[in-house]
Amino acid sequence: MEDRIQRLFRQAINMHAWPIPHRLAQKVTGGFMLACAFVLTAGFGVQSVHGADADDLELEPLIVREPEREEVRIDRLDTENFEIGAFAGVLSVEDFGSNAVYGARGAYHITEDFFVEAAYANSTLGQTSFERLSGGAQLLTDAERDISYYNVGLGVNILPGEAFIADRWAFKGGLYLIAGVGSTEFGGDDRFTVNAGLGYRLAANDWLAIRVDVRDHVFRTDLLGESETKHNFELSAGLTVFF
Amino acid sequence: MKTAAERLCQRLLVCVLLFASNAASAGISQIFTSEQPDVLVSDPFLEMHTGPGRGYPVFYVAGEGETIKILKRRTDWFKVELHRGAQISKRGWVPLRQLRNTLDLDGEAIDFGGVGRGDYETRKWEMGFSVGDFDGARTIDGYLAYGVTKNISLRLTGTQILGNFSDGVMGTVNVVMYPFPEWRVSPYFTIGTGIIHTEPQTTVIQAEDRTDEIVNAGLGANIYLSRRFVMNFEYRRHTVLSSRDDNQEINEWKTGFSVFLGKQ
Repeated sequence: MEDRIQRLFRQAINMHAWPIPHRLAQKVTGGFMLACAFVLTAGFGVQSVHGADADDLELEPLIVREPEREEVRIDRLDTENFEIGAFAGVLSVEDFGSNAVYGARGAYHITEDFFVEAAYANSTLGQTSFERLSGGAQLLTDAERDISYYNVGLGVNILPGEAFIADRWAFKGGLYLIAGVGSTEFGGDDRFTVNAGLGYRLAANDWLAIRVDVRDHVFRTDLLGESETKHNFELSAGLTVFF
Repeated sequence: MKTAAERLCQRLLVCVLLFASNAASAGISQIFTSEQPDVLVSDPFLEMHTGPGRGYPVFYVAGEGETIKILKRRTDWFKVELHRGAQISKRGWVPLRQLRNTLDLDGEAIDFGGVGRGDYETRKWEMGFSVGDFDGARTIDGYLAYGVTKNISLRLTGTQILGNFSDGVMGTVNVVMYPFPEWRVSPYFTIGTGIIHTEPQTTVIQAEDRTDEIVNAGLGANIYLSRRFVMNFEYRRHTVLSSRDDNQEINEWKTGFSVFLGKQ
């Protein structure tokens, strides 16, 4: 069929006296011809199917295609290994009384047993007994009475299990031990601080937890004359969110 | 007429925007594809716990051949949803070790992507913290490393120095070279540069704050513990390029702990 169309075209072209060089004319008409031939054969092809005998028809084997299933991608799962939250409590600073403390913390849960945590908190220092009794003598300026600390540490979950409140409520929870290092800004200076403690995490649901913490922050200072180790206990409660 | 700096800024901005839009679209696509298809339970039974941990009780057991949907993950625990008939629908937590043999509905094994030594060698991000000694002072640092190849990574370190007479902060950028990345205890060399800022304690009189450039060279070893944990020991020798006549040499010893993420 293509041959026939090509022949037709050649005849048509030869009938005209093209005023362009022969070789170029051949090129142009060749391309044009091919394009036309393609269109025509496509058209004829459809017609010939309609007009052909049943014997000529070659049916392709029937393929039943199932819809493509979506792949299970574990790496795309929503993971909830991070925990962030805020806490408030009481920080007792040796010699400087007990004051409110507010802080924030973030943790990454590496396994069901271990997590790493970073925390930052702010508090203020009260007056030492010397300052109160001496009547007016101040050891620290107001700015130096701000105390803040940060720390990083490793926690280990121990004794996990459900906790029951009356007959009806069962909450998932567990104790954890935590220890770490950090820095405390105390009396205008930064002090290397070691902390250790334990806490209880009670999960309200999958993503929200209530935490209660007891911590001892230990650092050395020579603010009151000689260099000595100070133990500073902190009791706090907070909320954290897993994401 | 634009200056070269302006042009550079523009290019940087375009790069940042492109990166941000890519990251955003990746994030969005992740949100939309987090819905997972059903999978087939292939262990004889699947114990569903009330929470993501061994301490939480088993409240339901799914059998072999049942289909479940995996909803989310916390550490090595997966929250799954089971439909049995029309009425029963249970949601519980299953450990990875019980899900390992689970197949998808075409009968193909699912890649749960356990983390091992291979992942450690091709880690992309590593972050951790360490504690050390800096010429008699205590240091705490946090670092973030980016693995360019198996052998080379870039490490950004922020250090706080806590001494008896002065405090300081130091920021350094280091190139770390691992000649034997496949060893469990993998030694490395490092060189880098940065800035150190020191200020005297308030109880010390007649000293002033100083900021100096610092260069360092060091060696250390990473120890792959298991899963995503790495421990490391490092020695660095710092040279403080002070404005005074002589440069100060400082030895730093430290040990750290890190977690790695991603794949190169």
